Amino acid sequence: MNSAVETTSPRSAEAGHWGKEVRSDLHVAFEARDSGGIEISLESRVAPYYGSAILEQTREVLDELGVKDARVAIRDEGALPFVIAARIEAAARRAGIALGKRALPEQHPLPPPSQKDRLRRSRLYLPGSEPKYYINASLHAPDAVILDLEDSVHRAEKDAARLLVRNTLRAVDFGSCERMVRINQLPLGLEDLAEVVGETPDLILIPKVEQPEQVREVDRMIAEIEERKGIIRPIWIMPIIESALGIENAFAVATASENVAALTIGLEDYTADLGVVKTTEGRESQYARSRVVNAARAAGVQAIDSVFSDVADLEGLRRWGEASRAAGFEGMGCIHPGQIRVIHEAFHPSAVEIEKARKVVAAFEEAQSKGLAVVSLGSKMIDPPVVQRALKLVERAKAMGAIS
Amino acid sequence: MSASVKERVELAHNAVGRKVPTMVNGKPQIPFLGARKFQPHGRKAAPAICSNKDYPDSGDKRVADLETALRKCGLRDGMVISNHHHLRDGDKVALMALEAAARIGVKDLMWFPSASFPSQKSAIELMEKGVIHHIEGSMNGPLGDYCTQGKMRGMGVLRSHGGRYQAIQDGEVHIDVAVIAAPTADFFGNADGSHGKSACGSLGFALADSIYADRVIVVTDNLAPFPCVPWQIQGNNVDFVVEVESIGDPAKIVSGTTQITRSPDRLRIAELVARFLRAAGIMKNGFSFQAGSGGIALAFVEYLKQMMKQDGVKARFVRGGSTKFLVELLREGLTDYILDGQTFDLDGVKSIANDPRHVATSPFTSYNYHGKGNFASLVDAVVLGATEVDVNFNANVVTHSDGRLLHGIGGWQNCLFAGCTILALPSFRDRIPVIVDEVTTMTGPGEMIDVVVTERGIAINPQRTDLLHAVAVQGPKLPIRPIQDIKAEVEKICGKPARPKLGDRPCAVVKWVDGTVLDTVWQVG
Repeated sequence: MNSAVETTSPRSAEAGHWGKEVRSDLHVAFEARDSGGIEISLESRVAPYYGSAILEQTREVLDELGVKDARVAIRDEGALPFVIAARIEAAARRAGIALGKRALPEQHPLPPPSQKDRLRRSRLYLPGSEPKYYINASLHAPDAVILDLEDSVHRAEKDAARLLVRNTLRAVDFGSCERMVRINQLPLGLEDLAEVVGETPDLILIPKVEQPEQVREVDRMIAEIEERKGIIRPIWIMPIIESALGIENAFAVATASENVAALTIGLEDYTADLGVVKTTEGRESQYARSRVVNAARAAGVQAIDSVFSDVADLEGLRRWGEASRAAGFEGMGCIHPGQIRVIHEAFHPSAVEIEKARKVVAAFEEAQSKGLAVVSLGSKMIDPPVVQRALKLVERAKAMGAIS
Repeated sequence: MSASVKERVELAHNAVGRKVPTMVNGKPQIPFLGARKFQPHGRKAAPAICSNKDYPDSGDKRVADLETALRKCGLRDGMVISNHHHLRDGDKVALMALEAAARIGVKDLMWFPSASFPSQKSAIELMEKGVIHHIEGSMNGPLGDYCTQGKMRGMGVLRSHGGRYQAIQDGEVHIDVAVIAAPTADFFGNADGSHGKSACGSLGFALADSIYADRVIVVTDNLAPFPCVPWQIQGNNVDFVVEVESIGDPAKIVSGTTQITRSPDRLRIAELVARFLRAAGIMKNGFSFQAGSGGIALAFVEYLKQMMKQDGVKARFVRGGSTKFLVELLREGLTDYILDGQTFDLDGVKSIANDPRHVATSPFTSYNYHGKGNFASLVDAVVLGATEVDVNFNANVVTHSDGRLLHGIGGWQNCLFAGCTILALPSFRDRIPVIVDEVTTMTGPGEMIDVVVTERGIAINPQRTDLLHAVAVQGPKLPIRPIQDIKAEVEKICGKPARPKLGDRPCAVVKWVDGTVLDTVWQVG
C-alpha cells in the first residue's frame, strides 16, 4: 500500500454474502481510490473454471460504472454473471461512487406481454436477496414468480436487493411465468419502482394498501417511467390489502386504476391488525376474504388469496385452496415450490364442472350460428350469466391444459 | 518422499482413447478393451492349506491384543494389509491395525481398504513415516489430495466393490493379513454385523479377504459365546480373535435417520426419474431396482412408492444400500425382498437383524464380474449419481472436474450392468455444468449408461432406441431432450467453463470391473 493513497481518505463499502452456507452469491469489498487504477482480488470456489471470466467481468462492470481507481476484493460462491454485476454495483454505490450509473447484464429476450386476466393460480415468492432460487424457479411451473423486495429483505439490504431484482428481471429466463415484483411500502416502494420498472416486470404488487391514492401514486410513477423509457408493454398492479381499513376501502382500491388486474389480501398483517390469531381454517378472516372477492368482482378484476404458511402441511393447503376457490378466489401465493402442484389441483375445476360448461358453450355456439337470442340445453333455457361463466371456465380449463 | 524418485511410466491408449499406464506398482496392466471384451484365463488364487493341528481344539483363537495378533501373523515389511468400510466413517479398527503395525516397526506396507474415510486421514502420517508405502482403495478428502498431489510413493488403484473382489479372487492382489472389524463375534472367529453396540448390518466387504488372505484377524467389541449366528464371516477362515473396548463410533457407523433432500430442484429430479420408470414400462409387477443413499435417490424411492401404490405394482426385490425407505417398502408389502450390500441407517440395521426377507449380500453375489453371473445385471433399473457426464454418456464419479480425487467407485461401476442405468444429477453445481464435452476421469463408459435425468430434462442414450420408443408411446409429457440441448442451455446460464489443466504424471488408475485399466488420475498442482 502506498502512503499517497492512504491519505486520500478511501471510501469503502461491502455488498453481498459469502460463507460455507452461501450458494450462488458473492461478497464484494469495494474501496474507491483517487489513483492507482483497478486492483482486483478473487477467491472463488469455481476459480479453476470461471476465475478469469469473473475477473474479466469485474473489469467490464467497473468500466461501465465509470470506476477508474479502486480496490475490489471478491469472495465468490458460484454466483452467476447477473448476480456478480449487481453486487459490484451495490458495493460501489454504497461507497458513494457510480451514482446514477448502471451496469446491466446481458438482456434475455422478453417473454410475450402479460394479459390482464391471465391465469394466476399460483405465484411463487422469491426473496430479493437470495439469487440461488431464481434460475430454476420456472421449472416448478408456477403461474407467476414474485421477486420480493419487501418482507423477505432485511432493511439494510433493500438497496442491494433492488439492483439484484433489476438484473434478474433482465437476465433470467422465467419461461412462461408472469414476472411480478413486490415493492416496499410507499414511499420506499417508489425507489424500488425507479430501479425495476425499466426492466419491464409484468406486474407490481403494492403491500399494505389502504387508500386508492397509494395505487394511483404507483400507477403514475410507472406511467412516467414507461413514457421516459418508451415501454409499451402493460405493467399490471396487484394491491395487497393487509389491514381493517384496507378491507373497508377494498372496492375503491380495486378501481383506483385501469391497470389494477387483481386484488389480494395479506392475512398475517390483517389478523395482527385485528388482534386475532391466524388459524389454518381461517374463520377469523372469512369476512375480509369475502369482502376482497366481492370488491374485486365488482371492479371486474381477479381476487387472489393470501399464502398458506405451513409448507409441510400439504393436506391443509389443499383444503385451504379448495375452500378458497369455492369462495371465489382465482389463486393464491406460494412460499415453497412444493405447494405449487397442490394449489393448481385445488384451483382446477372438476371434470363434472368442465363437462357441464362445455355443453353450455356448445349450446351457446349453436344458438349463435342459428341467430337465436335464447340459449337452451335440452328442455332448459340457459341464462346469459350462466353462459358467461361457462365461457370463462372453458377458457380457464384450456389455459390450465385440462382440455384442448 | 519426492516425486523425482518415480520411475518413468509407459502409457498406452485403451479402447475408449484414454492414456493409461501399462505398469502399476510393478505389475503389468491390460488397457480397457470394452465393457464386455476381456477374457480372463487361468485359475483363481487360493490361500495355503492349513491344518487343524495348528489351531486349538477348544476353538478359542483369542489373543491379547492386535499387536500380538499381527506379530503372530508374521507381518513384515512390504506386506499387504486389508481393512473394510462397513463401519464407514465410524471405523476405529483400520487405524488401530496400522498403528499397531507401526509399533511393530514394519515398513512399506500396501494398505488395501475396501474404502477409506475422512476420519482415517492420519494414514497420511503413516505414509510420511514409511509405514505405508501406498494405498490401493478409494481415497477422498485429505487422502485423495495427498494422492493427487503426487506425494504417495506408489500409484493409487481405484476399484469398484466387485472389482476388489475380482482382484483378490484372481490373485491380482494377494492379501497377507486381513483385519476384519466385527460388531459381534465368538472366540472361534465366526462374525456377524447385525448385532452388538457397533452393529452395521452386512459384513460383505470383508468376505473375499476372509477367504483369500493368508492370515485373518477378527476384531470385536461384542464377544458372544460360541456360536455367533448368523456367521457372515466363517470362523473356519479366521486365525485370531482380538477383543477391544470399541471398534467404532456408533453415531458415525449408521446415521440415526437418512434424510430425503428438501431441495425443490432435487425433488424434481427424483420425481422425473420415478415418472420415467413408470412411462418406460419398467415399473411393473415383479420388477426390481436399486437406488443409493443420496438425497435424490431416497426421494426417488418415495415417489416411486406412491406410483407403485397407485398402479398396484409390487417389486420382487430391491437392492440396498438399505435405508428406512426401503425397509418401509418391505413392511408395506411393496417388495418381497431387500438384497442388501450395505446398511445405512438404524431402521436398516434393525430390519436386517430381524426380518428374514432382508438379506445380506456380498460383492461376490452382487458385483463380482469374474464369476458365473452376478445379481447386478438382474436388476431392472438402477439410479446413480455422478460428478460429470459427457455428451457421449461417459461418466465420472471419482474426481472433481479439476482432477482432485473426490469419491471411491463403490458399487457404481458394477451397477451399470442393470437393465436400465439412470444417472440422476443437477445440471449444474455452484455454476459448474455437470454435462461436459469430455469427462475428466472416465469411471463408466457411455455404452453402459442409458439415461441422464436433470432438473431441466431427461436425456436418453441414442443407442437405447427401445427406451426412446417406450417413453414416446407411453410417456405423459416427460421432458425428453437430447443431451446436447441440456448442455447448451446450462452453458448459456453459467458460461462455458475453462478446462482445468491436469498434470502429465499418473498418480492413480481407475480399474474396470474386469481388472483392465479404464482411466488415469493425473497429478494436480
